[in-house]
Amino acid sequence: MSVVRFSRRLRSGLLAIWALLACPAGFAASPDWTVDRLMQSLSHQTSGQATFVERKYLAVLDQPVESSGELRFRAPDRLEKITLKPKPESLVLEGNTVTVNRGKKQYVVQLSDYREVAAFVDSIRATLVGDRATLERTYALHLAGNPDNWTLTLLPRDPRMAELVLRIDIKGSRAQLREIEIRQADGDRSVMEIAAVGAAQ
Amino acid sequence: MKRRPLAALLLWLGLVIASIAVIVQTRFTTDLSAFLPDAPTAEQRLLIDQLRDGMVSRLLLVGIEGGDPQTRATVSRTLGEALRDDPAFVSVANGEAVHRERDQKLLFENRYLLSPAVNPERFTEDGLHEAIAESIDLLASPVGMLTKSLLPRDPTGELMQLLERLDGGNRPATADGIWVSRDRSRALLLAQTRASGSDLDAQQAAIETLRATFLRAVVDAGKSPAEIRLLLTGPGVFAVASRSGIQDEVGRLAIVSTSLIVALLLFIYRSPTALVLGLLPVASGALAGIVAVSLGFGSVHGITLGFGTTLIGEAVDYAIYLFVQSDNKTSPQTDGSVAPPAFWPTIRLGVMTSICGFAALMFSGFPGLSQLGLYTIAGLIAAALSTRFILPHLLPPGFAIRDVTPFGERLAALVKAAHPLRRALIVVALIAAGIVWVQRDTVWNRELSALSPVPDADQALDMQLRSDLGAPDVRYMIVVRGETPEATLEAAEAVGTQLDGLVDDGAIGSYESPGRYLPSQARQAARRASLPDAGTLEHRLGPATAGLPLPAARLAPFIADVEAARSRPLLTREALAGTSFALAVDSMLIAQNGGWSALIPLRAPTTGPHAQSVDADRVRTVLKQTAPDALFIDMKGESERLYSGYLREAAVLSCAGLVAIIVLLGFALRHPMRVLQVLTPLAAAVLVVIAGLVTAGVSLTILHLVGLLLIVAVGSNYALFFDNDTVASTPAPRTLASLLFANLTTVTGFGVLAFSSVPVLQAFGCTVGPGAILALIFSAVLVRPTCPAPGNPAR
Repeated sequence: MSVVRFSRRLRSGLLAIWALLACPAGFAASPDWTVDRLMQSLSHQTSGQATFVERKYLAVLDQPVESSGELRFRAPDRLEKITLKPKPESLVLEGNTVTVNRGKKQYVVQLSDYREVAAFVDSIRATLVGDRATLERTYALHLAGNPDNWTLTLLPRDPRMAELVLRIDIKGSRAQLREIEIRQADGDRSVMEIAAVGAAQ
Repeated sequence: MKRRPLAALLLWLGLVIASIAVIVQTRFTTDLSAFLPDAPTAEQRLLIDQLRDGMVSRLLLVGIEGGDPQTRATVSRTLGEALRDDPAFVSVANGEAVHRERDQKLLFENRYLLSPAVNPERFTEDGLHEAIAESIDLLASPVGMLTKSLLPRDPTGELMQLLERLDGGNRPATADGIWVSRDRSRALLLAQTRASGSDLDAQQAAIETLRATFLRAVVDAGKSPAEIRLLLTGPGVFAVASRSGIQDEVGRLAIVSTSLIVALLLFIYRSPTALVLGLLPVASGALAGIVAVSLGFGSVHGITLGFGTTLIGEAVDYAIYLFVQSDNKTSPQTDGSVAPPAFWPTIRLGVMTSICGFAALMFSGFPGLSQLGLYTIAGLIAAALSTRFILPHLLPPGFAIRDVTPFGERLAALVKAAHPLRRALIVVALIAAGIVWVQRDTVWNRELSALSPVPDADQALDMQLRSDLGAPDVRYMIVVRGETPEATLEAAEAVGTQLDGLVDDGAIGSYESPGRYLPSQARQAARRASLPDAGTLEHRLGPATAGLPLPAARLAPFIADVEAARSRPLLTREALAGTSFALAVDSMLIAQNGGWSALIPLRAPTTGPHAQSVDADRVRTVLKQTAPDALFIDMKGESERLYSGYLREAAVLSCAGLVAIIVLLGFALRHPMRVLQVLTPLAAAVLVVIAGLVTAGVSLTILHLVGLLLIVAVGSNYALFFDNDTVASTPAPRTLASLLFANLTTVTGFGVLAFSSVPVLQAFGCTVGPGAILALIFSAVLVRPTCPAPGNPAR
């Protein structure tokens, strides 16, 4: 791999972050299961907190790398991913600003500086608040399963997005997200399992 | 017998011709450095050098405004591309990734020479294990996505080591790959000129190139220049603008005040002959002033010329006194000699007090001000002498201007009527003193920038572009010096080692150093020597990767890269060409006074006990122990100290000038009461002017202080005429009239300056203008209507 493809790498890294930040939790139920229904139930939540375990399956490594920590969401636009293991790290998205703290280093990035990422994070936020119109600007949506065990698949429409991400599968139960799997164009994938704090496993 | 006047006239003519001969040879300069202070300490010299010539002085900050975002981005790209090809510019940054590929290639290829983590321990089995495990941990983080693909070549994460250190802090926001302001209403561009900031002609040419290129880019984008606007700031822009601004303004103000004075004189004299003769002392003074400065300083500053002539404007007064107060008896007698007019001693004393005042300017640390001082002193002496010895001979027989006695009598009546106001005036002066006392802590402006000739609006625009560009205000800087670049880099690295400890302690947030981009050859060689050969490394990688998900077999690219690095030539300044690191090194490693200096800017921590401020005491202590030759510079503190030094100097000089005036008056008037009587109205005028300025919210600078001294110097002329024993008990009506005329010309000359947009000139204008008029009014009001105090020796 050439070093000159950093910026693309960085983009894909950030894409992964946004996907992993998707961590809604809430209460909703509806018998008639469609994307609209899902969106409606998602739109009722205003905040949530969950724990996560994430595994990354990378071609370069024999075993997946695992990390775990907490996820927090507060409507309309604040997302936090607090990693506790293997190294403490925090990533906060609020409005247009992304702040990463790792060790003594702090990185601050403006989301609007990265157009593809901005489109992506808008989509994640749109999922969290149930905004279907925004989601469909970037992705084709496919919903499978039933309200208690559904899978929402996002397929990128934009070719520039498709260079980075193959597909994103979000699994959940009612308005509760359980798992987010991201398949990257280079064959690596990551799976994040989410457990709402206080909810039965 | 006409020998005496003839001799005087011939001498005068000879001097005029000699003066013109000198002036023809004189070099006239226009650069503003004459108005930057001489710097007494090494730290301050460096500060001034940086302001004048440093990297900072070469930056042009560009904002593109108007139109839609796409057009602005297009114009920014076209402009950037054109300027990058222009030899006048060293670098042009607008957010486009022009250097990025070369930067990253250079970093990655030379990572084993550049990474501070490279040492023999890192390539032992334990060291390798630890470094590789760390890199794998990083993969779990979103940051790790950056390094994932590089793992087989760089499993110890040297590139990450470099990237973490090179992270430049604040960066401008971008849109469409182009830098934009935070509110997105402007596209931003940062250009660095090749010419140093003090080379104003080259700066001006670069600025003109930039403007022309911008216009072409706008037209190319299919827009009109009215639609897309260029905002341009930076030290060079300011210097060039203030050079032409001050020149224009001095010229314009000189024309305005000259025409006003000429109109006034014509009104008074009603005679063109008298007008020409009346300007003769000023013209002689100007000639003498230029010659004195030319001989004393080797060159004459354009501002000295324009401004100094205003200062010797009081020479017009001498002729007024001569014309108005002398009657036909003082015109040449048959024997050609001229009896000195009765007012001559008063004028002589007035000239001498003025000289005492201007002498304070002459000893100033600002070369520009000392030029002004010399110019004024030489000019006043020449003007006074030509009024005394030349002018009377040139008056045509029967010369007379219109009689102003009736007007003077009306004035005298006014003065009499004003006498009851004495008490009120004392009260006003006391109130003014009270105001000044209450506000004594805020009277003086303690910022060096207060002397800046740049108007506030332009400074505000500069601040805004600067903050949008994320250009940090560097407050603290360490400077180390050496004979050669290599020795300097080694010294910078030694200081860097100490600073690393301070970063860990949270005393400072981070620091920059030229050694980061170009380590000393010694350090690079040491790093290269710590790399094991391929066989050894392969042998160690087995145990080192035990228990890790990354098998040694996948690390063949790593072994090959390390082997290649072992025979890689050391990095030199030339090898950095075409990358942004070349620029970084050039801005921090500079040739200076025959040696080399490395600049090491410090940044404050963002969190912890020293958040937002560097722990300067710790840094100073550490440096004192480990690198006593290094200079630790607090740019803000230093510039404030520098300025307060000048304020103190100006205060001392002004006091000395004041004391000299008092001593002089003491000798001439021979009685303390008379001295007091002359000084009281002047002191009252000064107090009222200060109180007025303070109340108007103006904080005073050195230039106001000098202006106050000028009030005393110029005002003493008026006060002396009201001194009871010099002339009759109250001035004769004609004298009063001439005083008012003289005062009006002075107030016109200085008052016009008060409307200048150049702060320096404005400060003088709004101090001396009102001060001069108050000095006259107060002298008139405070004059004793009765006979002289008994026992005063009559002159």
